[in-house]
Amino acid sequence: MSLIEDTLVWLGDRAHYRGVDGVPHRLFEHLWISGAAVGLAAVVALPLAVWLGHTRRFARLGNAVISLSNASRAVPVFAVLVLFAATPIGFGNRATVFALTLFAVPPLLTNSFVGVRGVDADVVEAARGNGMSGAQVLRRVELPLALPLVAAGFRTAAVQVVATATLAAYVGGGGLGRFIADGFGRADPAQTAAGGVLVAALAVLVEVSLAVVQHSLTKGPREV
Amino acid sequence: MLVASGSPPNPWISVDYVRQNADVLVAATRQHVELVALGVGFGLLIAIPLALLVRGHPRAESLLLGATGVIYTIPSLALFAVLAPITGLTVKTVVIGLTGYTLLVLVRNILAGLAGVPEDVREAARGMGMGRLRMLVRVELPLALPTVLAGVRVATVSTVALATVGVVVSNGGLGQLIFEGLNRNLYRAEIFTATVLCVLVAGVADLLLLGLERLLTPWTRR
Repeated sequence: MSLIEDTLVWLGDRAHYRGVDGVPHRLFEHLWISGAAVGLAAVVALPLAVWLGHTRRFARLGNAVISLSNASRAVPVFAVLVLFAATPIGFGNRATVFALTLFAVPPLLTNSFVGVRGVDADVVEAARGNGMSGAQVLRRVELPLALPLVAAGFRTAAVQVVATATLAAYVGGGGLGRFIADGFGRADPAQTAAGGVLVAALAVLVEVSLAVVQHSLTKGPREV
Repeated sequence: MLVASGSPPNPWISVDYVRQNADVLVAATRQHVELVALGVGFGLLIAIPLALLVRGHPRAESLLLGATGVIYTIPSLALFAVLAPITGLTVKTVVIGLTGYTLLVLVRNILAGLAGVPEDVREAARGMGMGRLRMLVRVELPLALPTVLAGVRVATVSTVALATVGVVVSNGGLGQLIFEGLNRNLYRAEIFTATVLCVLVAGVADLLLLGLERLLTPWTRR
């Protein structure tokens, strides 16, 4: 049988959809790990980015944030996962959540910061002139105008995290990566490929659905 | 392997480790650099003609960007998993994957660079009697170069990090050492040294490309 057939047979086998090692449970783990990482990153990054962009002071700090998040691209996620394993943070799903959080922060932080700071200074001035307080300017002018970029950062972070959560399996964690890691481990090409197909499909699905959400947030007249 | 009772010393930084494993470290770094060079090199070989082919046709442009975007979205581990049963546990598998991931950034920046050439400059070149090919080589590509090279830098730095995942098909350059350290009772010196080398490779590559950009586009500085 060809690899494609084998893979389809694997994917069609009901036995692979039951129990802890079944597709539904692994998918749930994958989404749980990813959601927790993006959520944690948002809690850390969004307030900081919005504050930095809103105050319009500390320009140096803002630029440092952008440089730092560019530099983070050079650090392999895989290395951070293994480094964490060698510390008290340890192995498994929880450690993976922390590692992925580190990589979800930069796109969220940069995009939100640039979005808020990029709001035309004249517009902010005009809002102030109309008697808006700082908080009102933020809530009614800056945040709505920054929303497209914030959404873009969120999408980048989420897609990247869902993709990278696959590596959890290599540090004793779960998620859909398990099928790939175990497939390689017992030299089972059908399972390896099936795992690859599942992970790829999930990533594309997340990307497309977030693109739709982003699009609906971005288009149309916004009330300022 | 050493599994001593109590807690054996397991430092993150060990000069002894580096000294005793210099050969291994050099070999892994060399493979890493090769993987990245091949990935980005093939990426450029594919991206440049494709970008030139679609430019000026908005629908073809967005189709190409969409297609490279889909490749970019597929997680590297998934791609290696699907490729490995066909191309085996080889360097080839890793290079095909890495090449695929560079395409989006490269195509996007080549198109943006070319689109950024001012229309009156084109006009002037035409007025001087330049044909399309000559205008491309002598005028458009040089003016697009800073944007293109910015894309090459992003692609290179990301590829250095991504190459470590090649470990799943036994060809991950420095990733190989990181994984080995994991399996040797978390041999910290090995994990840490390989990670630092990885970041260094990315930094050095970025600086070299920055230097190349300065060298090739002297007119951007005054």
